[in-house]
Amino acid sequence: MSEHPGQPGHARPLHLTPAALALVAVGGMAGMAARHALTLLLPSRHGWPIATLSVNLVGAFVLGLLLEALARRGPDQGTRRRIRLVVGTGFCGAFTTYSALAVDVDLLLRTGQAATAVAYGLTTVIVGFGVCAFGIWIAARRGPRAAA
Amino acid sequence: MSPAVVLLLVVAGGLGAVARFVVDGVVRARSVVAFPLGTLVINFSGSLILGLLTGLTMAQLLPDTVRLVVGTGFLGGYTTFSTASFETVRLVQERRVLAGVLYGLGSLVVTTAVAGLGLVIGLSL
Repeated sequence: MSEHPGQPGHARPLHLTPAALALVAVGGMAGMAARHALTLLLPSRHGWPIATLSVNLVGAFVLGLLLEALARRGPDQGTRRRIRLVVGTGFCGAFTTYSALAVDVDLLLRTGQAATAVAYGLTTVIVGFGVCAFGIWIAARRGPRAAA
Repeated sequence: MSPAVVLLLVVAGGLGAVARFVVDGVVRARSVVAFPLGTLVINFSGSLILGLLTGLTMAQLLPDTVRLVVGTGFLGGYTTFSTASFETVRLVQERRVLAGVLYGLGSLVVTTAVAGLGLVIGLSL
């Protein structure tokens, strides 16, 4: 991936760079394969979509850990940027899902399981926030100090 | 699920991730507010379409394979929970607690509402 060091003003935006798109695609396919495998392993229990809950919480934790660790090791370029695109944007992005969360909450509401719907939605968002912050905290403690 | 459908699901997930990356980049380039609008636009649109596809499948107007590949695969790769969580934490870290709470809980409420709308439309067709 070229960083266009000589002419930053003329650099193609990252989201239109073929190499960056390819890295996101590879990570995204891996993330979807991993999510599918977990879906087969973890059936819903008492109306709770355990597989979706699990991928969202694990993905939020890993993304927090990853992005903070990368940011502390230096600017977003070269290998660090490639890791962010494959593992962060691609894998964690595709491994986790918001659309399935929203539709599952709706389906619980439609089948008269309002308490489960609210508990499932809020648990995902609040615990997701907590584990993501925990991932950031671990990376901040263990990694080098924030890059200048 | 046949191996061919699983393969399509995985490829669709990769394409969805690419679509998210592009949409987020385009929204970011045009956005003038310091708020994660890109992810919100992505999760909003993806939830609306997944609701619609789910409703159409429940009404037996769409084969389940299409819902799996396009819904679970493409829209699953397109929408994301991890980035939404990360952006919420960053807002709180910047001491923009109200913005963080609004974004974190607002995303859940808004996506559930539009997915419900899509579901109703799909079921009524």
